[in-house]
Amino acid sequence: MSSHLDATAPLKGKPSKQTERKLKKEAKTQLASYFLMIAITSMAFISIASDAIPSGFAIPFILLLAAVQVTFQLYIFMHMGERKTSWVNIMIWTGMLIAVLTVGALMFLIGVVKY
Amino acid sequence: MAEHEAIDIKELPEQPEKATLEGRNKYLGFWFFLGGETVLFGSLIGTYLGLRGGTIDGPGPADLFHLDLVFIMTMILLTSSLTSVMAIINMHRGNFKKLLMWMSMTVILGTAFLGFEIYEFYEYYHAGLGFSTSAFASSFYTLVGTHGAHVLFGIVWITTLLVRYRKTGLTLYNAPKFNTAVLYWHFIDVVWVFIFTVVYLLGIGG
Repeated sequence: MSSHLDATAPLKGKPSKQTERKLKKEAKTQLASYFLMIAITSMAFISIASDAIPSGFAIPFILLLAAVQVTFQLYIFMHMGERKTSWVNIMIWTGMLIAVLTVGALMFLIGVVKY
Repeated sequence: MAEHEAIDIKELPEQPEKATLEGRNKYLGFWFFLGGETVLFGSLIGTYLGLRGGTIDGPGPADLFHLDLVFIMTMILLTSSLTSVMAIINMHRGNFKKLLMWMSMTVILGTAFLGFEIYEFYEYYHAGLGFSTSAFASSFYTLVGTHGAHVLFGIVWITTLLVRYRKTGLTLYNAPKFNTAVLYWHFIDVVWVFIFTVVYLLGIGG
């Protein structure tokens, strides 16, 4: 094994049987979560578009759906639940915390107190 | 620890994007950047929520927004997220051709999304919503326009990768580049989830 690694040499070979199996499972998970996200999005749009659902219920409901969907995106599409992602989690959740505080602070500063 | 040893390039690593130190640093550094981007979009969303009631005499959200159009845009962006996931799965399989194919699909879907957004802005402008018409108009165009600019940047980025690496095959050098581009693309999708909920759905329903 050479210690001088040429990173620009094309990689050859196939993944191991075990990796191949993992990737198949992974593809299935991704596809399933994609359809779940389509369903969540459709639910959010329907609850706003339909007149049968009162807006007092629909607004907190779509905010909840958005939170669920973002968590799915981060942990499944962006693999934030994998091993060795503690820094990733720290950065993104700190960002989220600051973003939430900013949203709240700006709204109160400008004087929005009613929905 | 296997990861500190030199890598035999004849063998396909399980995660080629994290097989080199450069690749791992890129991955970590990119998430630092995404943390900052979260704050950027957070402040723009906060500004929009604060100012969206200030329509003066100009048109307001309920006069302008078309849910069907936004629904189509959302579906396009969600699908483009899936195609970029498929690109990474094929990268882990060592199938570079399919990686390029799925990335091209992502670019095409992203361009379609951007086209819809330009059409949308064009419509609103002709409905009487200029950038400085009202506080609502300025904050709306700034928030959605910043997201659109990110989409455009992502399209240019991925296209550059596709052109630059069309013939080289998968290497330990370009695998992290494709991986960060895909992370960026997912992040754009995450931001859009907030935008369609807070801007469009709340604009019509609340």
